Amino acid sequence: MNNQNNLLVVSSSPHVHSADSVQSAMRDVQIALIPALFVALYFFRFSAALVIVACVLSAVISEAATQKLMKKEVTVKDGSAVVTGLLLAFCLPPAISPWIAAIGAAVAIVLVKQFFGGLGCNIFNPALIGRAFLVAAWPVAMTTWVSPLDGITTATPLGIIKEGLQQELPSLGQMFLGNVGGCLGETSALALLLGGLYLIYKGHVDWRIPVSYIGSVFVLTAVIGAFQGQGLSYPVFHILAGGLFLGAFFMATDWVTSPITKKGRIIFGLGCGCLTVLIRLKGGYPEGVCYSILLMNTLTPLIDRYTKERVFGRVKKHA
Amino acid sequence: MSLVNEFTKGIIRENPLFVLVLGTCPALAITTSVNNGLGMGAAFTAVLLASNIVISALRKVIPDSIRIPSYIVIVAAFVTMIDLIMHAYTPALYKALGIYIPLIVVNCIILGRAEAFANKNGVGASIMDALGMGVGYTLALVVMSGIREILGAGTFFGIPVLGASASPALIMILPPGGFIAFGCILALMNKLQQKAS
Repeated sequence: MNNQNNLLVVSSSPHVHSADSVQSAMRDVQIALIPALFVALYFFRFSAALVIVACVLSAVISEAATQKLMKKEVTVKDGSAVVTGLLLAFCLPPAISPWIAAIGAAVAIVLVKQFFGGLGCNIFNPALIGRAFLVAAWPVAMTTWVSPLDGITTATPLGIIKEGLQQELPSLGQMFLGNVGGCLGETSALALLLGGLYLIYKGHVDWRIPVSYIGSVFVLTAVIGAFQGQGLSYPVFHILAGGLFLGAFFMATDWVTSPITKKGRIIFGLGCGCLTVLIRLKGGYPEGVCYSILLMNTLTPLIDRYTKERVFGRVKKHA
Repeated sequence: MSLVNEFTKGIIRENPLFVLVLGTCPALAITTSVNNGLGMGAAFTAVLLASNIVISALRKVIPDSIRIPSYIVIVAAFVTMIDLIMHAYTPALYKALGIYIPLIVVNCIILGRAEAFANKNGVGASIMDALGMGVGYTLALVVMSGIREILGAGTFFGIPVLGASASPALIMILPPGGFIAFGCILALMNKLQQKAS
């Protein structure tokens, strides 16, 4: 992945040149998810394990079954179904019943991935559609949160703000570590940051999307907070709360559904950030990461077309 | 060409919803319960039957250049009747179907049958065509609303069919569920037709 040193920088697809294969890329994503996985298992214990196993098993089985039924080559060994299952599990509430989680994973794989042509052909992030499907299908189960370790029903930090609950907000330190209510893999910004940095280091993820995404959320909430007379803790709260780190590092950077041009990736991240803040502060839901990324997914082909690099050897048109 | 053939073609071979892909707007909107699906199918069939008869009987009288406006006037007359009848006798269904009853006027299956069949064929054949298409559309609506009602509400015709412990997937009776169910059925129909031919 040292193409940066070469004279000719080709910035269009394929992103993964060199000896990398789908398998090795997916393995790296799985490695990057391990810290968050351990944090989820530590904070949410058995129920987290149950949801994760249900999602991964269901994703792998439905991928194999659909490919068999459609008489295609069965490609579960490439690990992409495992990654989808893991990512979906990470954005589900820990107390959700495993069969609901399993249905979500099956929808993600069958409806969003295989029906659109399999790996690399989906227009939406499968895990996020899986989540959006479950939110619409079982709204109560998808918004019942438990607090870490003791499993008592609680509210997420963003939920406390949205509903105006008389409940003390967790400290920023606790939110950074992940000791708050929320989806099982999204609570710990620290673990997700570690995994995200690993992916950037390995060259699988372009820093432009997470940086422009988290950065735009930070700047926007800082400005809004300043108008409301709140200090710097307000924007910090917003970037640590909810699924922003999970979304910014692992969902918005999905190779298939994000733009391939550098400029396009920054636009994509900015769009995600603005939509997230808009939904969080003005929308009906407390959290907007899922829908903002899905909305930007629909714009990806347009962004790519608009930011296409000039072909070498042509004279630049004068406006 | 036999009259029986005119009837049966609308049920599967040329099913208006799943093969011709016409009349999808009401099909996506009102198939949230079997009751609605059946009611819509019945109202649609009645209008189609009446308009097919009148249009095929008048096919030599209607000037070619203004045939579409003429069809619209004829269809609109029957839709108004159905609208008033349903308002009077089935108020609950009328309320559930809402705007989709007056919208039968611009239903593309009815105009399609008028243009493609009734203005070229006699009254007898047009009656069979209308009945076949009506039954085909009604069946399609019932299939789709059955799937959506069972998965989305756990009932069939209002009778609980899933166990009390199972919580149905609400999304199936919401708009996305309509598109998901429709897409899956279309894919299945295409697959079966490929196999048959």
